[in-house]
Amino acid sequence: MSEAALIKVEHVHRYYGAACALHDVSFSVGKGEVLGLLGPNGAGKSTTMQIISGNLAPSAGQVWINGIDLLDQPKAAKLGLGYLPDQPPLYRELTVDEYLAYCARLNRIAPAQRRAALDTAKQRCGLTGVGQRLIGNLSKGFQQRAGIAQAIIHSPPVVILDEPTVGLDPLQMREIRALIRELRGEHSIILSTHILPEVQAVCDRVQIISGGKLLLNDSIEGLQRRMNVSSLLLGLRRPPPLAELQALPGVESVEMVESGRFRLHYVPEHSPAEAVAERAVRGDWGLFELSPERMSFEQVFVDITRSDPTEQAAPAEVIL
Amino acid sequence: MIGHIAALELRRLFLSPLAWCVLAVEQLILAYFFLIAVDNYIEWQPRLAAVAGAPGVSDIIVGPLFGDASMFMLFAVPIMTMRLLSEERRAQTLSLLFSAPVSMTEIVLGKFLGAAAFFLILVCMIALMPLSLLVGVNLDFGVFWSSLLGASLLVSSFVAVGLYMSTLTAQPAIAAVSTFGVLLLLWVIDWAGGDRAGDYSGVFAYLSTLRHYEPLLKGVFNSSDVLYYLLFIATFLILSIRRLDADRLRH
Repeated sequence: MSEAALIKVEHVHRYYGAACALHDVSFSVGKGEVLGLLGPNGAGKSTTMQIISGNLAPSAGQVWINGIDLLDQPKAAKLGLGYLPDQPPLYRELTVDEYLAYCARLNRIAPAQRRAALDTAKQRCGLTGVGQRLIGNLSKGFQQRAGIAQAIIHSPPVVILDEPTVGLDPLQMREIRALIRELRGEHSIILSTHILPEVQAVCDRVQIISGGKLLLNDSIEGLQRRMNVSSLLLGLRRPPPLAELQALPGVESVEMVESGRFRLHYVPEHSPAEAVAERAVRGDWGLFELSPERMSFEQVFVDITRSDPTEQAAPAEVIL
Repeated sequence: MIGHIAALELRRLFLSPLAWCVLAVEQLILAYFFLIAVDNYIEWQPRLAAVAGAPGVSDIIVGPLFGDASMFMLFAVPIMTMRLLSEERRAQTLSLLFSAPVSMTEIVLGKFLGAAAFFLILVCMIALMPLSLLVGVNLDFGVFWSSLLGASLLVSSFVAVGLYMSTLTAQPAIAAVSTFGVLLLLWVIDWAGGDRAGDYSGVFAYLSTLRHYEPLLKGVFNSSDVLYYLLFIATFLILSIRRLDADRLRH
């Protein structure tokens, strides 16, 4: 893993004066992986991204981009890096084409390939029709796309996107997410967000940061497993007596949610779903709903950010 | 890479009406000064002809014209350089340069050369005025070239100060006012002390930007004057680089 890791962060600390913004953060991201950085406001997401992108020096610790030490050889490391800050760095008085051409030069794309790189980036970000328009006159969504185009124009192995879908309408959000999924193949992507479904939609792995500490580092599958709870939601038009449901194999308890809808708690790993369906058809119960119940992602998030390191949360509150 | 940054800086300057306005006002005012100088020369010419070793047309028109131009620069440079980095910091576009594979030195040199190029264009436009006299008179090209060199060096050193002031703040207006303050102070710093012997007025006189400019306007080329400006520019550029580097460490 560490050999193939495109981004490696080790024991990074960052202090603003006496306040600790990041405490001992270490992680790595492999090739083709999309890592979602989650956390409440002020948790240290943007600080982490600024450090990885070379905009901020860590107080301690090391960062490797594509195997190159970012602090020792910043120029070489930044060649393999594309960064979209939370505020896209756009020159409003330039046209999209001028701006992207400048970004291509800044990122040392050979003159012969600049035209092609510019066209590819524009086409990927849906900017083809607006090349001649002034960036200042574009809508927020298009400005955001120009920001993303800037980050991927040199096809860097590492792409860092700080809240790429903030302020976009739902349709644009979907397009940006599709773009991120499309990029995944050849790039490693870190994106920060506080929109939880976005993480589920595009990320392979999730990290939750709170209070400057890394609280969770798990794959999406692992997170889904955390979300599974052992209950079924059952809807019946002509429900039988409760006792009959209770008697089904594996069922521990039954509660009525509202008339005709029940929650069946069962022994973990022994879902009675199949048996319920079979009995419902046989007994003509009028089955209209049968779904495994899940804890929402939000619930998991709240649980983790609230409960985990109590020893860290307490002194922070004292300081504030 | 420095060239790309400089080219964009120059292009962005000309995309704002401000640059055109500064060029227009400069042409208008200096043309007026130029006409006054020409008028003076015409008035004095009969008397000058009688004096052996009297100042010629170049001494009366070219030198004073570039001298007046430097006063205009004192006001124009802070206005044009105030946005160089402070605006980028305020609009948070600096991260584009910081996350690109360019060093702080390249960023600072690019910004400096872009802004300096604008003022070199301005100096060249001023130079066109005395050159127009070639239709009727013989210019002393020694005076002309050394004045042109002096004006270019002076304005470049002003730009270096403006750039440094711009790295210190996120407010363009603050950068402009402090640049103007520093330039004016360095302009008049030799007024202190007078000519009394034994005090430190020599140091102040040496620091003055004006004292090194005047000989060049008279056609006296002294390499120590040129060196003074080069050191002056280098000092402020290095300060800018260090200041920008410290941005990443901010706390």
